[in-house]
Amino acid sequence: MRKVSRLSRFNIASLALGLAFLYLPILILVIYSFNASRLVTVWGGWSLRWYHEFFGDRAMIEASWMSLRVAVASATIATLIGTLAAVALARGERFRGRTLFSGMLYAPLVMPEVITGLSLLLLFVALNAERGFWTVTIAHTTLTMCFVAVVVQSRLGSLDRSLEEAAMDLGCAPVRAFLSVTLPLIAPAIVAGWMLAFTLSLDDLVIASFTTGPGSATLPIRIYSEVRLGVKPEINAICTLVIALIAVVIVIASLASKLSSSQGESAAPL
Amino acid sequence: MSARRIFARPARFAAIAPYVWMALFFLVPFGFVLKISLSQTAIAQPPYEPVFHLTAGWTAIRAAFAALGFDNFRLIASDDLYLFAYLRSLTVAVTATALLLLIGYPIAYGMARLPKRWQAVAMVLVIVPFWTSFLIRIYAWINILQHDGLLNQILLALHLVSEPVVWLSTDTAMYVGIVYSYLPFMILPLYATLAKMEPALEEAASDLGAPRWQVFWLVTFPLSLPGVGAGVLLCFIPVVGEFVIPDLLAGSNSLMIGQTLWLEFFTNKDWPVASSAAIVLLVVLLLPLLLYERLQRRQLEER
Repeated sequence: MRKVSRLSRFNIASLALGLAFLYLPILILVIYSFNASRLVTVWGGWSLRWYHEFFGDRAMIEASWMSLRVAVASATIATLIGTLAAVALARGERFRGRTLFSGMLYAPLVMPEVITGLSLLLLFVALNAERGFWTVTIAHTTLTMCFVAVVVQSRLGSLDRSLEEAAMDLGCAPVRAFLSVTLPLIAPAIVAGWMLAFTLSLDDLVIASFTTGPGSATLPIRIYSEVRLGVKPEINAICTLVIALIAVVIVIASLASKLSSSQGESAAPL
Repeated sequence: MSARRIFARPARFAAIAPYVWMALFFLVPFGFVLKISLSQTAIAQPPYEPVFHLTAGWTAIRAAFAALGFDNFRLIASDDLYLFAYLRSLTVAVTATALLLLIGYPIAYGMARLPKRWQAVAMVLVIVPFWTSFLIRIYAWINILQHDGLLNQILLALHLVSEPVVWLSTDTAMYVGIVYSYLPFMILPLYATLAKMEPALEEAASDLGAPRWQVFWLVTFPLSLPGVGAGVLLCFIPVVGEFVIPDLLAGSNSLMIGQTLWLEFFTNKDWPVASSAAIVLLVVLLLPLLLYERLQRRQLEER
């Protein structure tokens, strides 16, 4: 019998170093957000001072509210349309324009954001649309529905198709078979897709900068303009709050995907 | 007719809404970028001279087409600033992708060799930073790399340097930021192919007397090439057009193309030149984009 563990010392070292590299900067940021000192790098004891400062900062609060609204709205629309796209790709077999369709869905995943942002802005200007909440929401929906489509499509691909076929052999119409058999099975992936869309929207700076109008800055836009002026302790506190919010979202999403993997082979690629 | 074929018909109808959405908000906008890249700069709101109005009638459209100018493209081709920006973007992207592969591969390899139970945990640990905000992760590095930041404090305390080292606004800082931000994109596709690999193949090679490095180089690495390709494209394409990381971490004396586009647009308000820069960037990325699309489609649809 060969040795059970194929793990070499080199493997363990690279894993440990890699994870440390990924997590230490975030950890340091969180710790510094509780620093009482005004100088970011001098430790002045634990304090919630910068959190107070944030909650007293109207512009930041307004930007956060704007970001949350955009994230919820765009994630919801993106989940609806992205799931439809995933169903068409995974179950539609061949149809006319399929290559173009999948191309339009996969390209935005890697397309540099400056291009996506600029092109959407030019469209909105040409349509004479007033820029603000809705233009940012549409822009974010366009980007994030592609991620939703990939997550849901991957789940559909790993699903046992004989289940929905059995339902139809027993007399179910296709739509009913989808609603009562397929949909419950892919529900966890849809939830995970919504969460991913939500965090991507909350995070986006470049596309939002292009597509928003005066007076409706999102949180990343505000953070970016502050960061350009230098490090401020208040930003540490805001970032920590965002990380905490996203951590809650991740816990929910991973519970959902655990539910998903307990029903079959796990699939979520992201 | 099989149940599968009957199911496919309504499934195809599901394509209508996303098809219309993506055509309207992804495909059509490129038409506008192209159109405005050919128009003249104007000091107005919006700041470009419209090439034509569809309401103007056929003769007007023909006249407008005759007047279409490639001036902006000529400007981009003749101005060294743009040439250097494109070259720099490509250099940075190639260097960063090579670094990512060098750093990401051992991590993915280590993950794939963990016991099954731990693999899932490791995968979650690699994905989580991808979910936390991109901007925040860059900001975290500014905290560490600034003049009196943590890194300099540690180096000074250990007496490794006698005075603070300038880290911020250097290419080193930019590469750290890029590697940090894109590492999950490199690790995950690599891990996906490495984890699927049959361990018996490596074992057979070493049973037949191949030393470790030979097992890796002749068996493991060639078999992981699809993952390498996916990871490389997933990092290379967005890095070429990257804006935030070079803007916040690198110095301002040499710009990447994403930055020049941003400057033309937001600072100089020269929309036509910004659009032309975007078109050139898109042309540069067309081949890698098509390759990526094929890989992605194969991975998702042919299993």
